[in-house]
Amino acid sequence: MNTTFHASPVSDDNTQERTALHNQVQTTRRAFLVTTSASVSALSLGFHVPGFAKEEAKTSGPVEVNAWVVIHPDDRCVIRIARAEMGQGSSTGLAQLVAEELECDWKKVSLEFITPGQNLARDRVWKNMSTGGSRGIRESQEYVRQAGAAARMMLIQAAATQWGVPTTEVSVKDGVLRHDATQRTLHYGQVSAQAALLSPPDVKTIRLKNPKDWTIAGKPAKRLDTAHKVDGSLKYAIDYRAKDMLYAAVKASPVFEGKLKSFDASAILKKRGIQSVVKLDDYAIAVVADSWWRAKTALEELPIVWDEVNNGQVSSQTIAEHLKEGLTSDKNVFADTNLGQFEEAYGASAKKLEAVYSTPFVTHACMEPMNCTVLYTSERAQAWVPSQNAEAALAALADGSGLPIEKCEAYNQTLGGGFGRRGGPQDYVRFAALVAKQYPGRPVKVLWSREEDMTHDYYRPIGQCLLKAGLDEQGNLKALHVRVSGQSINAYLAPHNIVGGKDRRQLQGLWPEPGDAQFGYTVPNLKIEYAMRNTHVPVGAWRGVNTNQNSIYLESFMEEVAHASGKDSLAFRQSMLKDHPQHLRVLNAVADKAGWGRKLPSGVFQGIAQFMGYGSYTAAVAEVSVKDGKVKVHRLVLATNSGHVVNTNQVAAQVEGSVAYAFDSLQAESSVQNGRIVETNFDKYKITRMVQLPKIETVLAPTFDFWGGVGEPTICVVAPAVINAIFRATGQPVRSLPLKNSGLELV
Amino acid sequence: MTDLLINGKKHTLDVEPEMPLLWVIRDELGLTGTKYGCGVAQCGACTVLVDGAPVRSCSFPNAAAQGKHITTIEGLSPNASHPVQVAWKDLDVPQCGYCQSGQILAAAALLKRIPKPTDKDIDEAMTNICRCGSYRRIRAGIHQAAKTGQGINSIIHMVPATAALSQGLTSQDDHLASCSGACEHDHGHEHNLQASLEHNDQPLDQLKNSRGFSSNCA
Repeated sequence: MNTTFHASPVSDDNTQERTALHNQVQTTRRAFLVTTSASVSALSLGFHVPGFAKEEAKTSGPVEVNAWVVIHPDDRCVIRIARAEMGQGSSTGLAQLVAEELECDWKKVSLEFITPGQNLARDRVWKNMSTGGSRGIRESQEYVRQAGAAARMMLIQAAATQWGVPTTEVSVKDGVLRHDATQRTLHYGQVSAQAALLSPPDVKTIRLKNPKDWTIAGKPAKRLDTAHKVDGSLKYAIDYRAKDMLYAAVKASPVFEGKLKSFDASAILKKRGIQSVVKLDDYAIAVVADSWWRAKTALEELPIVWDEVNNGQVSSQTIAEHLKEGLTSDKNVFADTNLGQFEEAYGASAKKLEAVYSTPFVTHACMEPMNCTVLYTSERAQAWVPSQNAEAALAALADGSGLPIEKCEAYNQTLGGGFGRRGGPQDYVRFAALVAKQYPGRPVKVLWSREEDMTHDYYRPIGQCLLKAGLDEQGNLKALHVRVSGQSINAYLAPHNIVGGKDRRQLQGLWPEPGDAQFGYTVPNLKIEYAMRNTHVPVGAWRGVNTNQNSIYLESFMEEVAHASGKDSLAFRQSMLKDHPQHLRVLNAVADKAGWGRKLPSGVFQGIAQFMGYGSYTAAVAEVSVKDGKVKVHRLVLATNSGHVVNTNQVAAQVEGSVAYAFDSLQAESSVQNGRIVETNFDKYKITRMVQLPKIETVLAPTFDFWGGVGEPTICVVAPAVINAIFRATGQPVRSLPLKNSGLELV
Repeated sequence: MTDLLINGKKHTLDVEPEMPLLWVIRDELGLTGTKYGCGVAQCGACTVLVDGAPVRSCSFPNAAAQGKHITTIEGLSPNASHPVQVAWKDLDVPQCGYCQSGQILAAAALLKRIPKPTDKDIDEAMTNICRCGSYRRIRAGIHQAAKTGQGINSIIHMVPATAALSQGLTSQDDHLASCSGACEHDHGHEHNLQASLEHNDQPLDQLKNSRGFSSNCA
């Protein structure tokens, strides 16, 4: 199959303006520019009619049939991708969905990433480019399938017109159009030019295939972007090179919110290759040089005085006290769920349990550190970025450069990891714009050191949780109270999402309503609350976000409750999931495939957990042994119902990959001392390594009746399954993470 | 002046002797397949081979590499034909791919030293960090490249939408699928797995084998 991958341009040539389509063929780009200035009145479906519609149909060169589909005369099919590719594989999945409806030859498909400037110029014909929340496929599947179908319909119409037959007599398979009665055939590449001249069909006339009839989607297709990842030829943003390019290393106040007081540039300006020292707003500094290593080395020697703005005394201990207060306070607290009479039922319980759980700040540590290259002139700003939201990167570029957004363009590259870090604030883009503005006409690559990356993240928020459970005489759970106290992502990044003082986001996975992250258990007296307790540490979305912590609180405590009730961990959960059959089904699936309760080697124990997030249902069984404080996970069985499955092989890759982040959730911590992060690099931060990974089995239990996400929802069930196995192995619940707080270590 | 022999080509450079080999390779010579990850020899993204041995080039002064044969990912093989690279493609090992140059060179060095590595050998040699968590497939890729017959590729159990689940009290170990080495997918012969799976609660690999998939399961 064709694995040609058209990455956006990263080249040594910055003398001419480039677009992400440049690597495509120039004729496509011309068509693009024509339509960019053309009226959008033809966009009945969000597809355009090429602006040269009345021209003679082109007979050579690639043709844009619609915004998502470009077909070459030799039938090669280029499928455009708007969402970022950061390893999650959704670019291949989206191409499968388009190709499925297009009925092209999958072996001839390649990918092309659009740019945010093009999207804006074409009235956002490619819609949302933001890539997070496991939304890449589920949020775009309908319109990309419609785009594939619309292109197919136009190609069929073009062939029917050429043959003078009704479209109903034309069939198509693998990009070959056929008129059975006369045994005539045409290839897509032979009619694409004519098809492009046609008006797109009304979206109401498009009938999408029943997924049961899929032949390309739903298959374990290999990724289209692998070849350049095994020979070093794929260019990430960090790899951008251009003539006369400068390099910059940056340093922000080590104490969060601190301000730059003074620095002594003369101490380093005479060093080899150093160009300048640039102040970035009032909280960061950049050293510009002819080599990044020289810039970074000089920056380390640069005398800088910071104003710690009274944050220098903050520590993990003071933060813990702050959160602890929120566990019992009646200030700045709201109940998202309050069913029955918790206090009364709890008071009347035959058996009561109470526990406090805690989870630390953790960092993303994308393998490709934050970076961005900007080429600025007074007329134009261009950025080469790794962003999960190229349109936000474009906005940050406009903001930083001071130019109107129409004069800016961002070329998003394949990301060396994203995990949420590159989806919200585009701080690294703004930094690069500010530095590059000092050097008009010269591209400047701003690269953060790993230390800077790990100490200026938007961390997974720190949290504590008080849980109370009341059981009746038969061991049935009659009353449950969950009080989350911790930092709010919305308060830091999106205050507009806090409605009436209620930040529901922090209770993700504990929500009563169906759809995205529903609490599955039926408990007659149930109170779920959130007490917002913020700190000076920046927080953001960390792959799986709040589900990771809320699942640890809930599912680990449920194990304690099951134990107290004297019931089997699985049976206990099953008995409370009857009203939520999808939750129950995936729990049963994992129990089946893991062999819950099977005979295990001496010293090995099972743990189980279920949760819902990102529109998908997940459950896990872990098999774990604990010896002398060393925790060995031997086997993980991980079940998912994501509704539909676009690519079994890639879903498995995401499920397997989720374990690395889940293990971070168990063992890692970004702790705070003197107002700053202690763990500055991988020598101090406990990151998941290969030796720790167990045998992993993926259980796919799709019900084909909804579209759920895949990249994140597995993470949240892994950690509690492991914790529950540890509890069964040692008799001691693990309530405070990382594991070292309980004298445990993952090996 | 420093003379460096990289991928069989001699380069004469005017750089500080202490400049790490990584930055000479990336910024001075433009061989960007070698990545920066941590700068303290912890993550292995910068792994290159120096006289065949894996070295973390971010913490290796270029002067120390004088007179030695340096191999970067660009020079490992013509057309990505090294068995490790071939296995990586077969198994779709990379996710974001950023760490994979280093992973591949570390794996290639391991296989040169130990042609048939055990899992323990792999654990000891493969300490590079992958944040996407492609570790399982890296291990499978090494076993495939080495033809050890010991590798376990992705294990996928498909549960049909209509399955009557047994409330989890029955062991189904007989349904565990494990496939030694790689399972290649031949697009020309793919069947509608999804429809098939409606009536077959069988692991994917078994289905593939039973329905004409091109497969080299050992």
